[in-house]
Amino acid sequence: MTLLYILAFVLLCIALNQLFRVFELSRDLRGEQLYKTHDSDNRFNGRGMLLFMFAFFAFFLWQIDSYYYRILPKSASEHGYKIDALLNANYALVVLVFFVVNGFLFFFAWKYHGTKDRKAEYILHNNKLEMLWTTVPAIALAFIIIFGLKYWNEIMKRNNDPNPLKIELYAKQFDWTARYAGKDDQFGIDDYMQINGGNPVGLDTNDIRCNDDILVKNEFHLPVNKEIVFSFRSRDIIHSAFMPHFRAQMNCVPGQITSFRFKPVITTAEMRKDPHVQRNINEINAIRAKKGEDPIEFDYLVLCNKICGASHYNMQMKIVVESEADYNAWLAKQKTFKAIAQK
Amino acid sequence: MEHHTHAAVIEGHNLHDHAHAHDHHEHHQTFVQKYVFSMDHKVISRQFLITAVVMAVLAMVMSIIFRLQLAWPGEKFAFIETLMGKKWGKDGILDPNAYLALITIHGTIMVFFVLTGGLSGTFANLLIPYQIGARDMASGFLNMLSYWFFFASSIVMVSSLFIEDGPASAGWTIYPPLSALPEAIPGSKLGMTMWLISMALFVVSSLLGGLNYIITIINLRTKGMKMTRLPLTMWALLITAILGVLSFPVLFSAVLLLIFDRSMGTSFYLSDIYIGGRPMEQVGGSPILFEHLFWFLGHPEVYIVLLPALGITSEIIATNSRKPIFGYRAMIGSMLAIGFLSFIVWGHHMFMTGMNPFLGSVFVFTTLLIAIPSAVKAFNYITTLWKGNIQYTPAMLFSIGLVSSFITGGVTGIILADSTLDITIHDTYFVVAHFHIVMGLSAIFGMFAGVYHWFPKMFLRMMNKKLGYLHFWVTFIGAYGVFFPQHFLGMAGVPRRYYTNSNFPLFDNQIDINEFCTYMAIFAAFGQTIFLINFFYSIFRGEKAPQNPWNSNTLEWTSPMAHVHGNWPGALPEVHRWPYDYSKPGHEHDFVPQTVPLGPDEHDGGEH
Ligand code: HEM
Ligand SMILES: [Cu+2]
Ligand SMILES: [Cu+2]
Repeated sequence: MTLLYILAFVLLCIALNQLFRVFELSRDLRGEQLYKTHDSDNRFNGRGMLLFMFAFFAFFLWQIDSYYYRILPKSASEHGYKIDALLNANYALVVLVFFVVNGFLFFFAWKYHGTKDRKAEYILHNNKLEMLWTTVPAIALAFIIIFGLKYWNEIMKRNNDPNPLKIELYAKQFDWTARYAGKDDQFGIDDYMQINGGNPVGLDTNDIRCNDDILVKNEFHLPVNKEIVFSFRSRDIIHSAFMPHFRAQMNCVPGQITSFRFKPVITTAEMRKDPHVQRNINEINAIRAKKGEDPIEFDYLVLCNKICGASHYNMQMKIVVESEADYNAWLAKQKTFKAIAQK
Repeated sequence: MEHHTHAAVIEGHNLHDHAHAHDHHEHHQTFVQKYVFSMDHKVISRQFLITAVVMAVLAMVMSIIFRLQLAWPGEKFAFIETLMGKKWGKDGILDPNAYLALITIHGTIMVFFVLTGGLSGTFANLLIPYQIGARDMASGFLNMLSYWFFFASSIVMVSSLFIEDGPASAGWTIYPPLSALPEAIPGSKLGMTMWLISMALFVVSSLLGGLNYIITIINLRTKGMKMTRLPLTMWALLITAILGVLSFPVLFSAVLLLIFDRSMGTSFYLSDIYIGGRPMEQVGGSPILFEHLFWFLGHPEVYIVLLPALGITSEIIATNSRKPIFGYRAMIGSMLAIGFLSFIVWGHHMFMTGMNPFLGSVFVFTTLLIAIPSAVKAFNYITTLWKGNIQYTPAMLFSIGLVSSFITGGVTGIILADSTLDITIHDTYFVVAHFHIVMGLSAIFGMFAGVYHWFPKMFLRMMNKKLGYLHFWVTFIGAYGVFFPQHFLGMAGVPRRYYTNSNFPLFDNQIDINEFCTYMAIFAAFGQTIFLINFFYSIFRGEKAPQNPWNSNTLEWTSPMAHVHGNWPGALPEVHRWPYDYSKPGHEHDFVPQTVPLGPDEHDGGEH
């Protein structure tokens, strides 16, 4: 079999070689300079540029039409509305720039394709034009910077709730653990040296504040309309807690505690009714049905967003946002650190 | 004026050497001296190019393999087992660790070996002596070493593909602790050691090359070649070399500290880690330190990749528009500004590391400033086309392709630079789309443009024009087809570096985008085989190149179309004008080579 392949390959080479021979002979006979660019080449490629522009723009619009509804649904957190508004303003601006500047490029590429009977104009520079296209982007960027930084500071330094709910997300290869502060509303301190089966997130057992801390896996719950301050830790390598529906992300760095605050404003049940979400879920369920899998319902997730090893792609945990009452009922059923450790 | 006399001295010296060589050496050079351990810049440039082409093919094949996995996760492709072996491709399904290994080595090869070593190495070596009118590089010996370190580095990187636990697999950014702990991922065993050794060799190569480029451009310019008469390729390569010399040593120190952490028990990057069932002793380090060191190189690095491509296309766009480059001085100024700013923006890769929000604000500000000189460059290219008489050589097509991808990828940089917005798109496919378009496509288009344009100076033959056209259109369509839709994946929150997006249902309906990208990647890869055929065929059997095929002004086209030791058989050419006198009124032809003296009332264009 291999021999046959080799034989076929050799034959192909010989055939190609003959073909090239003929081509080279005729090239040399006619004394043509094939490399030379003719007016016909210029016309062909100039038109190609214009055609490409239309096709490219159409492709972009087509993608908006077919993929835009799949982008993240409306923000489930309060600050996320600001991010989305800013994002949309920026998208509008850059899409405009994309069309206009690419448009000029391809239009000129077509318009000024070369012909024998024309000569290019000797233009060195133009101070007015150059001033214009330096100042206009500078002004646009000034706006982008001002609004960007205003929102950035509002989001990162928020302090509007003096008494937020404290939750810790603890990352390890390849899962998440959420820790609640428990009755005393205080986290016990941590000590990675004490990690073992009964102490999975490395709490310092000498610190009595740990005892009522609550540890949960697989899913964790948040009360709606309550400010939450997350702290993040990692046991082994850098992970990143990405909660896309809440427009929240923060790296989890071993040896360090990082934090992020947000206030969920839409419960899981409400989000499931969102038409945008439903359209996507229906599509997903249609795909699942074809594969013979059960239909699913929408859930918020925290994903790992920093490459962390073989199962990085599957390091996620469900987030449930619900009313305060439901949340309290759920929390009451969870095990405290003390209960886990005693087992 | 002083450096002119100085240059003249060195030149005279070289000239002497050269005449000498002709009499006694040239004919006795063995094959090894001439083609293997050569100190001739032309041979070294070809060595860089061929090595880069081989590496690029390797990286491209890898990308097809992992794109198949993304489009059809779990599907069996028999050839994957054949290529990757039982361990990594059992039953034709890619292993998750192998997936990470492939994306890591793909990224490393493309960024460092193809677009840094390959692009700068090829064109700096070929063009610097030619375009400034020098016999060779300042030090032919260091130049030779630079190539052989690059070669050794490539060999180490490629060999790491064949070892038991596989090559490095922590992403091309190799953040510790993942890259520091062999327990964390198999790629962080021997594979990572080899990656680090390879990169250390690479840094040496890059420094030897860079210092040589800088010294040569500053000192060996021929008579009359003032800085304001340098082609923009020279300015671009000069600034690139300076960036490299200032930033690569920082990568070296980052790599060195990582080597210490990995094998000598230090804790520069490690603290409070529990892995493999036991706590580690190291405390007090910080992995964020590595990120700072890495990106202090990493961001200048993206411009090290891009600037040579911009220089190449400046030259090609002016030549083939038959028009002076618009705003020559503004082009130089914006490259200098980009070069400077690129050192103070690295933090935009780290907004989500928990850095102080105020520090983040500073990086937002500096990063967005870079957009201004970048915009100036894009506008200058476009205005160069305006009222031109565009000659569509394959090189010109790729140059216009570069301007387009630079615009399309540049605008998304503005979004990513905004720390507020980065909260939702950091590390998603939006970033993948951004940097592939702005850096990957632009730089590779620039590299193709350079190969088509200067092929005659390298191999004394022409590449086939029609195949060049076909190659361009397939590549241009395919490349945008692969990366443009990935913006939408990012906007849907799909993280990058995931082995599959269908392990949990949230992104299941995005699969058609992934399939589309994979089809386009296969289409674009097919386009590259057209290039490879054209390239290797033309090296041996392409039509013979005439003296100045593109009617260009720069000095390389005044040297004979032959591989002459010392570049010009007689005296070095003397320069009288800038390189962009295309279609200048009062001249018979639409080009006026730099060696033509200025007329009585004629102004030199570079003075403006
Ligand atoms: C208008 C100018 C540009 C701006 C404002 C900009 C901004 C950014 C920002 C903020 C990021 C980080 C995004 C994130 O990780 O969330 C990024 C990523 C990146 N950019 Fe740009 N960029 C610009 C142009 C360029 C150019 C010209 C290149 C290359 C020549 C480039 C190459 C890259 C690369 C390689 C990455 C990804 C690195 C990684 O995470 O692996 N960018 N860019
Ligand atoms: Cu992770
Ligand atoms: Cu950067």
